[in-house]
Amino acid sequence: MNLHEYQAKRLLADYGVAVPEHRVVDSPDTVHAAIAELGGQRWVIKAQVHAGGRGKAGGVRIVSEPVEAMKVAIAMLGSRLVTGQTDRRGQPINHVLIERPSDIVRELYVGVVIDRSRQRLVVMASTEGGVEIEKVAHDAPDKILQAVVHPLVGLQPYQCRELGFALGLHPEQLSHFTRILSGMTRLFVEKDLSLLEVNPLAVAKDGGLVCLDAKANVDDNALYRQPALAALRDPSQEDERETRARKWDLNYIALDGNIGCMVNGAGLAMATMDLIKLHGGNPANFLDVGGSTTRERVAEAFKIILADANVRGVLVNIFGGIVRCDMIAEGIIGAVAEVGIGVPVVVRLAGNHAERGREILDHSGLRITAASGLAEAAGAIVAAVTGAA
Amino acid sequence: MSILVDKNTKVICQGFTGKQGTFHSEQAIAYGTRMVGGVTPGKGGSSHLGLPVFNTVRDAVARTGADASVIYVPAAFCKDAIIEAAEAGIALIVCITEGVPIRDMLEARIVVREAGARLIGPNCPGIITPGACKIGIMPGSIHLPGKAGIVSRSGTLTYEAVQQTTNLGLGQSTCVGIGGDPIPGMSFIDCLELFQADPQTEAILMVGEIGGSAEEEAAAYIAAHVSKPVVAYIAGVTAPPGRRMGHAGAIISGGRGTAAEKFAALEAAGVVTVRSPAEMGSALLATFSASRRR
Repeated sequence: MNLHEYQAKRLLADYGVAVPEHRVVDSPDTVHAAIAELGGQRWVIKAQVHAGGRGKAGGVRIVSEPVEAMKVAIAMLGSRLVTGQTDRRGQPINHVLIERPSDIVRELYVGVVIDRSRQRLVVMASTEGGVEIEKVAHDAPDKILQAVVHPLVGLQPYQCRELGFALGLHPEQLSHFTRILSGMTRLFVEKDLSLLEVNPLAVAKDGGLVCLDAKANVDDNALYRQPALAALRDPSQEDERETRARKWDLNYIALDGNIGCMVNGAGLAMATMDLIKLHGGNPANFLDVGGSTTRERVAEAFKIILADANVRGVLVNIFGGIVRCDMIAEGIIGAVAEVGIGVPVVVRLAGNHAERGREILDHSGLRITAASGLAEAAGAIVAAVTGAA
Repeated sequence: MSILVDKNTKVICQGFTGKQGTFHSEQAIAYGTRMVGGVTPGKGGSSHLGLPVFNTVRDAVARTGADASVIYVPAAFCKDAIIEAAEAGIALIVCITEGVPIRDMLEARIVVREAGARLIGPNCPGIITPGACKIGIMPGSIHLPGKAGIVSRSGTLTYEAVQQTTNLGLGQSTCVGIGGDPIPGMSFIDCLELFQADPQTEAILMVGEIGGSAEEEAAAYIAAHVSKPVVAYIAGVTAPPGRRMGHAGAIISGGRGTAAEKFAALEAAGVVTVRSPAEMGSALLATFSASRRR
């Protein structure tokens, strides 16, 4: 689960990381008071959306006139921000962060990630702050410094000193830098995060270290024991169909093609999308219906798939392991009849009682084509959709 | 021969009397797996499915001599269950449960390693040596004793691979579903090493997916250590970056972990790759014809 910048900064502040003085506004009425309370002559106005690339898209503005600051913040609230990382509609701006600007000398990068190969947390640091770390990793991997965290003892001060000296920090900044990295690592572990980045960590004119931007993701599997973080979920930043799917324990991700997919199992669902592409079609979504393929869940899955106006056909691919395919066929027929589907549907059943399942589909009287092979099914749906177009 | 499990493997189930534990233990017993008991704290001394129930894994091991344990307890309790099994001396721990927090796995892995145990999963279908021992949720009926070693990060996609090799008469020596989590127990490399050493396994099928670098690491290992033919398929060519595709570990982050990178690494290591999941079995069969021609 993604957090907003202001939410991540609050967590960081709780763990002793300095963040700029700020206010968060969510309605035009509160903007004036927020700017007045902050005082000063300049304000940084930042749109709070779950997407990177905000700066280039006009989602971050520095304003040196109070009336102008109010105007900018009010205009942002309720609008949508389109960045290089969003779709064409962009993300709604329901919160705006207003901050006091900092006098910056240098911009650094610090982050905590899970290193899957080492099966350890790793603290990363770089002199190349303010740019995407992925770009640094690609262009100049030697500029990324790493410290591997031992789970028993946590991040050690010497590791912070090593990183700090390598970043060219002054000796008198090192204890502060150590506090920041230790705080970030403790935050990461105690709050079950899966990613934490401070980018940039600014070196201010007075020598202080300030977190100017932050990104935090929470491990979805741990949300059950992090109720305070679970409450920070912002459904407005998520695709409505994905939110709806989650309620039914369906795993749905919208894509931009026109062939809807319903598959049991995440790996097989990806493989089915790939196969559609290989046969010249374009998948409209990823959808894992999971193990219990009941009529209700299949019906809901169809509704979610068909809520996408681009969908011209649906491929259902179910490998019946323990569950019987004839039961699944009945469920699919019931769901198709209930939802009233106007596009071609190809159903591929394999595994337990698959033949009986296909017979049931063939005699349903509905527009369902039964298939047995993977390639056959993908070919059939691509042909049906291209034929229809 | 096979890897990790055979007809002599004595298996217990943690979460034995629960719904999942009961259903899949029944299936395992029907398949012929040598189930010797189960663990449900508080129900020790009773009997379930005709087998003894123990309060602790340590009791179960002392009384049955179990070598393997399969875990069906809810995600919140998996770390405890894995560590309990490892410290009770279980050699092979199979955790089926999906949704275990990453932090729990980072910690549990250390204890498993220290105990010298092996862990498969979590978030996996389990392991099966056809005709001998089934530990997990895979359908036994699609398997056939044979010569292909299969290792996969997926569930139903593994069944797909199994069925293709069964239909072609190749059969399987052992199939290991290592699971779709970012911090798994056994890796591709662990399984490749065992398949390479197993005389029954004549060729290996690897089913990977986007996210992480396990396939790239496997490719390097294959180039240096595996002489048997290897066929690989990677799911997720069409997956968008930054989105978690069902499995917690299946995410392209920062432009890394793409299917294209993994295919390239495997091909550079001499692995036969297939772009269509419908061709996993036929590509494997082709490696046999090719080696016969040589």
